[in-house]
Amino acid sequence: MALTREQMARRVALELQDGFYVNLGIGIPTLVANYIPDGMQVMLQSENGLLGMGRFPTEDELDADMINAGKQTVTAVPGASIFSSAESFAMIRGGHIDLTVLGAFEVDVQGNIASWMVPGKLIKGMGGSMDLVAGAENIIVTMTHCSKDGQSKLLPECTLPLTGAGCIRRVLTDLAYLEIIDGAFHLKERAPGVTVEEIAEKTAGKLVIPDHVPEMSFA
Amino acid sequence: MAGFDKRVASLEEALDGLEDGMTVIAGGFGLCGIPENLIQAIRDRGTRDLTVVSNNCGVDGFGLGVLLEDRQIRKIIASYVGENAMFERQMLDGELEVELTPQGTLAEKMRAGGAGIPAFYTATGYGTPIAEGKETRVIDGRDYVLEHAIRGDFAIVKGWKADWYGNVIYRHTAQNFNPLAATAGRITVVEVEEIVAPGELPPSQIHTPGIYVDRLLCGTFEKRIEQRTLSA
Repeated sequence: MALTREQMARRVALELQDGFYVNLGIGIPTLVANYIPDGMQVMLQSENGLLGMGRFPTEDELDADMINAGKQTVTAVPGASIFSSAESFAMIRGGHIDLTVLGAFEVDVQGNIASWMVPGKLIKGMGGSMDLVAGAENIIVTMTHCSKDGQSKLLPECTLPLTGAGCIRRVLTDLAYLEIIDGAFHLKERAPGVTVEEIAEKTAGKLVIPDHVPEMSFA
Repeated sequence: MAGFDKRVASLEEALDGLEDGMTVIAGGFGLCGIPENLIQAIRDRGTRDLTVVSNNCGVDGFGLGVLLEDRQIRKIIASYVGENAMFERQMLDGELEVELTPQGTLAEKMRAGGAGIPAFYTATGYGTPIAEGKETRVIDGRDYVLEHAIRGDFAIVKGWKADWYGNVIYRHTAQNFNPLAATAGRITVVEVEEIVAPGELPPSQIHTPGIYVDRLLCGTFEKRIEQRTLSA
C-alpha cells in the first residue's frame, strides 16, 4: 500500500533529532510538526521571520501580526524569536538550519529539483524555495512517486525548470525512501506491502537496489 | 519640521515628490505588515508606471492589489505573486512586467541597497532560469550567481511604534521586509500605529534607527488576515 500523507510525515519525523532547527515547507512537510516525538525539542523556522513557530491560535489568541510563511495565523512557542526577512534567509543560506523538508514536482539522479514552475501554467513564483534548497545541507524531499497521470517523478534528468541544481540527497515518496548517490537513486526502504518490482517499474531514473530492502517502520 | 522630527501632517505630504515612473519598495509579507495607508494614498495620487519592489502584490481590492485596479504598476519585482485575479489578467495581457526573485535574494538586494553594497554572490538560483544571463563565479569550489542591489526612489514601510525621530519598532512577524525596505529608499516613509516622544522607546529595542527614516506618520489599520487558521 502506498503511504498516506500522515504516514509520510511520520517517516520524516524519524529524521528529527533533539535540538534541531527545522524548516518545513507547505503540504506534507507541514504535517511533520504533528509527529515530533514526546520529550524531543525541535524549533520550527518559518522563513517570513519566526524561529519557534507554535500551533494555530485560539480565537482569543488570533493576531493578524503573527503569521507563518504560508500566511496562516500561528502562535510562537516560549523561547521563540522574531526577525527580519534578511536575517531569516541568513539563517537559511548560511547553513544554520539542521533539516529542511519540502515538496517537489520532480527530482533527478544528479540531485536536481524542480518544484516551482510548470511552463504554460500560471507562474506564481519561487518564494523562498530556491534559497532553502541552496542553503541547506540536510534536505528531505517529500512527494508522490508518480504524477496523477502515472508518470515517474524520479527522473534521469528533470524536465521542468529547476529550483536548485545538485542539492538533493534524500527523497521520501509514498512508495519508498531513497538516497541519491553518484548519479543514481539508491533504494533504502520500501513502504509496507509495496514490492521492489513496483518501485523499480515506477522509477525512471537509474535505480540501485541492494540485496535486502527493509520495509519502512514508523517508530 | 525641526531637527530630527520626522513627523508629517498628511499622507499627501508623506508622498510629496512621488512621480510617474519611479521605483517604490514596499515592506510586508502577504497582507501582514503592509503600509495600508500609504498604498491607498498612492492610489489616490494616481501615480502611474511604477516599478514596485515587494515580496508579494496583495490581493484583489487590498494591499498592493489596489494599485493594479487603475493599472498604476508597470513592473513588479517579487518572490511570490498571483493571489489575485487582476494580477493574473494584467500579466497575461502583457500590461504588467513581473521579475520573479527568490525571497532571500530579494531581502538581501534591499539590505545591500541600503548598506552601500552594489551586488553580492549567492548560491541561490544557480543552475535555474533565474540565473540566466547573470554573471557567475566559482568560490571555494561552489557556483554562485551575482545579484545586484536594489534601491528605491521611495520606500513605504509599516511599523508598530516610532518616536518623532523615526526610531521604529515592528510588531511580531509584521517586521518581515519592513526594516530592509526602510534602508533602501532615497525617501523612506514610515506609517505606524503609535507615535511617542523621543526617549520613550528603549534604544536597544529599536529595529530601524531614525537615520533611515525621512517621513513619519500615524495611521489606522484594517490588518486583514489572509489565512485565518485556528486551533481545533
